[in-house]
Amino acid sequence: MTSTTTRGRRPGRVRWWTYLLLSAATAACLFPLYWMFIVATTDTATATEMPPEVVPGGNFFHLMGLVLETVPFVQSLLNSLAVSTAIGVGQAVLCSLAGFAFAKLQFPGRNTLFVIVVLTMTVPTQLSVIPQYMIMSELGWVDTLQALIVPGLASAFGIFWMRQHISATISDELMQAARIDGASTGQVFWRIAFPIVRPAAFVLGLFGFVTAWNDFLWPFIVLKSPERYTAQIAIKALQNSLDVDLGLAMSGSFLATIPLVVLFVIVGRRMVAGILEGAFKG
Amino acid sequence: MTAVTATLTPAPSAELPPPASPRGRGLAERLSAYAYIAPFFVLFGVFGLFPLAFTFYVALFDWNPIGDQVFIGTDNFTRMFADPRFWNAAGNTVSIWALSTIPQLLLALVLAHVLNNARLRFALFFRMSVMVPYITSVAATAVVFAQLFDRDYGLLNWLLGLVGVEPVDFVQSTWGSHVLIATMVTWRWFGYTTLLYLASLQSVPRAVFEAAAIDGAGPWQRFRHITVPSLRPVIIFTVVTSTIGGLQIFTEPLLTGSGLTCGAVRQCQTLTLFLYEQGFGQFEFGYGSAIGVALFVMVVAIAAINFVLSTRIKADR
Repeated sequence: MTSTTTRGRRPGRVRWWTYLLLSAATAACLFPLYWMFIVATTDTATATEMPPEVVPGGNFFHLMGLVLETVPFVQSLLNSLAVSTAIGVGQAVLCSLAGFAFAKLQFPGRNTLFVIVVLTMTVPTQLSVIPQYMIMSELGWVDTLQALIVPGLASAFGIFWMRQHISATISDELMQAARIDGASTGQVFWRIAFPIVRPAAFVLGLFGFVTAWNDFLWPFIVLKSPERYTAQIAIKALQNSLDVDLGLAMSGSFLATIPLVVLFVIVGRRMVAGILEGAFKG
Repeated sequence: MTAVTATLTPAPSAELPPPASPRGRGLAERLSAYAYIAPFFVLFGVFGLFPLAFTFYVALFDWNPIGDQVFIGTDNFTRMFADPRFWNAAGNTVSIWALSTIPQLLLALVLAHVLNNARLRFALFFRMSVMVPYITSVAATAVVFAQLFDRDYGLLNWLLGLVGVEPVDFVQSTWGSHVLIATMVTWRWFGYTTLLYLASLQSVPRAVFEAAAIDGAGPWQRFRHITVPSLRPVIIFTVVTSTIGGLQIFTEPLLTGSGLTCGAVRQCQTLTLFLYEQGFGQFEFGYGSAIGVALFVMVVAIAAINFVLSTRIKADR
């Protein structure tokens, strides 16, 4: 009863400096992207002028043309799109399946296997790039996109996260009812469980997509020929010719960032909500 | 209503079949659970665990990918510990880690505290804005920051010049390059860390903050006595993850300096960059793997410290 009266006049009003602080943080976050756009649209001479240019120039298409001449950038964007989509979808589906098994199915070794999954989250596999490269070499996958896709298809964290969601949202009664109606395990998963946890799987897939899109080290090691480059490696290739044209690397970076900015404008809300749910602490 | 239910209850639910026993299902059906979890275990085994174990093996060899593989025992490790380049890389890694983690966590603490205010307007806008760096790739970030921090044409040096500071060579100097790389790391991660802290703060009952405010606690006191203590577990978590991430930092220094050494005197070469240089630049797979083993040991040590710390915190409460 007291709580209803205090709720009306909640203390802790927002001070002006709160907005100042948050605006400064926002400006710091957005400025580099704005600057990227400025330099990507002007020529080098203007870009290096002080005081700096603050409005976009008209050089965008000229620079884009240069970018496309220097590296197969459109191809690299398509490669990134293919790799990131495959990883995002793969994680959403495979982690949902495994999470479903750990949450709702009974099988010998279930708990032990789940502990192993959780433990693997703490294993820093990034440090063993040399043997990873040797394996890809044995498989004949060096300089192929599947070398990027296949290792990223399932993640321990994703299994953990989907298991939590499935445990929380799908009741045993619902499972039993479906079983009684004669549904097989596969049908229960595809017709009942997956549709219910699809939002959670979608958020997981988004994070998988973004991580794969921005990955650098592994593609840098595995990819050799320019037509296989992902967008990030194409930026690196453009940067090698940085002394030739400063705007060039910037245009490439801009071009590689735009798809993610667009994606973020559409689904950023759900990504933020995903973190606030305590999802991505791994 | 109640009467009707009462009369109906004793009636046996004859039309419902008994739950199917596992034996009634086919073998394939019973094994399907393993099929659902198998992809992860296969992928992790082949591309995670096996390479890790193999790193320890390769580290014992003088291993050239196109030449001989000669067993040399622990020679790679003796060589590594005597190699000034290894210690230089280790020092750079620690320096860049400290410069990026401390400001990042402090900033995130303050921002999370501020964002947790229920009356804040445009809260979603601010929350989304701080996530923009997270979706921006490291490669693109490095290009922009290299330009902003350029000695002759950079915006930052121009601004410093306005207040009479000599231009700083952020790429060629040791401290400058560390600051530049740390700024990139901080920029990319502070918003994400802020949201992690905010997530944790939101589980603190709002009534606690309200009661404190009614009792006359100012913003600073609420920050110090409620926000920071209640975030302690997640702060430890982020320190550990940022340390593990910091040990593996690669892309920022690679794109900042000129090539695998990150500058003429290796002023910003990190351990992972050194690993890459030895493995893929010099084709010394054995020596590169030894560096990988050293990194692995460090990561495990940090994870162990974390485990001890977090159990101690639980015991305290």
